[in-house]
Amino acid sequence: MRPELAKFKPLSIKDLPKEDWIAPGHRACQGCGTVLPLKLALKVLGPNTIAVSATGCMEIISSPFPYTSWKVPWIHVAFENAASVASGIDAAIKALKRKGKLPKKEKINIVVFAGDGATFDIGLQFVSGALERGHNFIYICLDNEAYMNTGVQRSGGTPKFAHTTTSPAGKVIHGNITWKKNLDGIVIAHNIPYFATASPAFYMDYMNKVKKASLVEGPAFIHVYSPCPTGWGSKSEDTILISRLVVETRLFPLFEVIDGKYYILNRKVDKPKPVEEYLKLQRRYRHLTKEEIELIQQKANEEYERLVKLCEVFAPPKEGTKEETKET
Amino acid sequence: MGKRVAKEVSIAVADAVAQCRVDVISAYPITPQTHIVEHLAELVNNGELDAEYIPVESEHAAMSACIGAAAAGARTFTSTSSQGLLFMYENLPIASAFRLPIVMVIANRSISAPISIWNDHSDVMTTRDFGWIQTFAENGQEAVDLVYHAYRVAEKCLLPVAVNLDGFIVTHVVEPIEMLDQELVDKYLPPLKMKYKLDPKKPITMGAIGVPEIYTEAKKALDEAVKASYKMVVQAWKEFEKISGRRYQPVETYRMEDAEVAMVIMGSLAETACNAVDELRAKGKKVGLIRFRLWRPFPMQDFLKAIGRVKALCVVDRAVSHASTGGPVGIEVRSALYQSNKRPRVVNFIAGLSGRDVTKDDFIELFERTFEAISKKPKFSYEIYGVKE
Ligand SMILES: Cc1ncc(C[n+]2csc(CCOP(=O)(O)OP(=O)(O)O)c2C)c(N)n1
Ligand code: SF4
Ligand SMILES: [Mg+2]
Repeated sequence: MRPELAKFKPLSIKDLPKEDWIAPGHRACQGCGTVLPLKLALKVLGPNTIAVSATGCMEIISSPFPYTSWKVPWIHVAFENAASVASGIDAAIKALKRKGKLPKKEKINIVVFAGDGATFDIGLQFVSGALERGHNFIYICLDNEAYMNTGVQRSGGTPKFAHTTTSPAGKVIHGNITWKKNLDGIVIAHNIPYFATASPAFYMDYMNKVKKASLVEGPAFIHVYSPCPTGWGSKSEDTILISRLVVETRLFPLFEVIDGKYYILNRKVDKPKPVEEYLKLQRRYRHLTKEEIELIQQKANEEYERLVKLCEVFAPPKEGTKEETKET
Repeated sequence: MGKRVAKEVSIAVADAVAQCRVDVISAYPITPQTHIVEHLAELVNNGELDAEYIPVESEHAAMSACIGAAAAGARTFTSTSSQGLLFMYENLPIASAFRLPIVMVIANRSISAPISIWNDHSDVMTTRDFGWIQTFAENGQEAVDLVYHAYRVAEKCLLPVAVNLDGFIVTHVVEPIEMLDQELVDKYLPPLKMKYKLDPKKPITMGAIGVPEIYTEAKKALDEAVKASYKMVVQAWKEFEKISGRRYQPVETYRMEDAEVAMVIMGSLAETACNAVDELRAKGKKVGLIRFRLWRPFPMQDFLKAIGRVKALCVVDRAVSHASTGGPVGIEVRSALYQSNKRPRVVNFIAGLSGRDVTKDDFIELFERTFEAISKKPKFSYEIYGVKE
């Protein structure tokens, strides 16, 4: 196990600064569960951070010139290439430090915020390249399961049967016809130092993951479940409830993978809630038949059980590195 | 002064980039650019060049990483050709709008389909409207000198610069080349200090959304900056002359004194065209040649001055602009003339696509046809020359 992770002392809520590095007054919708993890990540990373955004909702809501919500240096270049932009920043910092043009000891976090579209689909190659080359950066995929910025079109991250504007719930075809792409598997296969999934309902778990991501040398990737009330047809006030249910139904398990080889399940879900409880809160699923719900239920259990096995077989070597989080 | 040493031009270009003490190189291989980026990798891995070399997975990423690196305050380099340039397309206007002093060498090559690795200018011509400063080299010495010049200009103007060399015809030739002494390079090119960069101590927002209320102003500001770069381009060549003794101008002329017909051309074909000029001059024909070394910003005044009182211009383009009014250079030249009182006949040929040979005899034929056009207006606004029927 990596020493920086083996010795990791979890942050508690008392360790968190009051200050935010993304200013209020941005233009996200009420109850946006995508801007929330973005804000929480910056709370952990602090001011010595350079942020890179992919084109998407979060870029749009935070930067309508002449306003900006960003209190840290921020760059947005295009939709698909945030990981490559971060690669360049990483290389620049390394070169400039070596040549004495930047203070050698000063740690600067580089963090990418990119949507599911920017990550699962159009940017996959760029993400893969940057992970494989081993740049020292944190990639946070804010997965709201569709292209929200352009009006809720389907992405590779859209779950099966979900209604989007390009996978509409039609009379013959009931929404999205494919299962959500296994992005986690793809990312993990790069054997990067740190990978984790997270959900904003379990905010301390998430923020500790951001902290760990900042401690490892090399690429870290956090896949965050990010509700979008506008695109999902859910109530603004249900964002946190939905982000909790997605974990408790086994649909989005919380886990970590270190160096592509050690799997850690952060939250065991022995008594899962039925997926229906989760699905019924979102209009994107309102057309589902009983059989379709059943299929989703089966898939959730199957995938979860597979993950549990992986975590048993590929547990980290030392005991005592329990990464369970206790939140209410 | 340095010595002239025989070198492959690609190697010399890479050596010049290294002498410019770049911090970050980010590149993806494509023929005929490969020797440039391979040699840079060699220099880095042998410890002869202190730089980060990012072996990116694509050209799109190459330019994206240059943007990130330059935004963080690093001196950057990339190089590409043809499909690679087209693949990084989306990032090119972003680099200039961000005012980043990125330097790129384009080993000019035709674009697919049909796929072809040989030289013409159809790759770079697709990017001429993006606010990059663009220069064209005729030979290896000029290619090397344009690299030094590119960094000087880019960092003074805060604009990206593309140095164009003809693929194979320039890149792969072994030529006697005089490199500048390192001391002189360092004098010519002080360390890069970016006023605005990604610095946690002074946070800035780069790449905000341009609402309609500001978009036009942003474009106007860039346009002014690119136009204003002209002065610095010329100035940097003057400074270069002082340290190297080699003199460069935006527009080069050859035997234009009393010319009646002038050929207008870019890149390495100019050398063969000069031979045609000599041969025709020997026969008493009043011909000359004009070569654009600087293409963006377009050196309008230099061009209008260079044409003197010619009766006709023979514009030789190396790219097609399908079903338009001419090749890219032809269109530009006609448009420039229209803004002056000069009205020479413009005959526009597209020649040398995908490395097709254009010989001295071809140039003589083009000159002759342009002479004929003085009294008889051609029926075409452009012609693709040398097509086999
Ligand atoms: C090359 C390119 N193709 C398409 C677009 C249009 N576009 C902008 S954002 C976006 C969707 C973003 O989706 P996602 O990454 O999931 O982020 P979200 O808005 O959902 O947070 C699309 C399709 C673009 N900007 N660039
Ligand atoms: S559309 Fe969705 S992701 Fe975008 S700001 Fe609104 S709630 Fe957030
Ligand atoms: Mg999305």
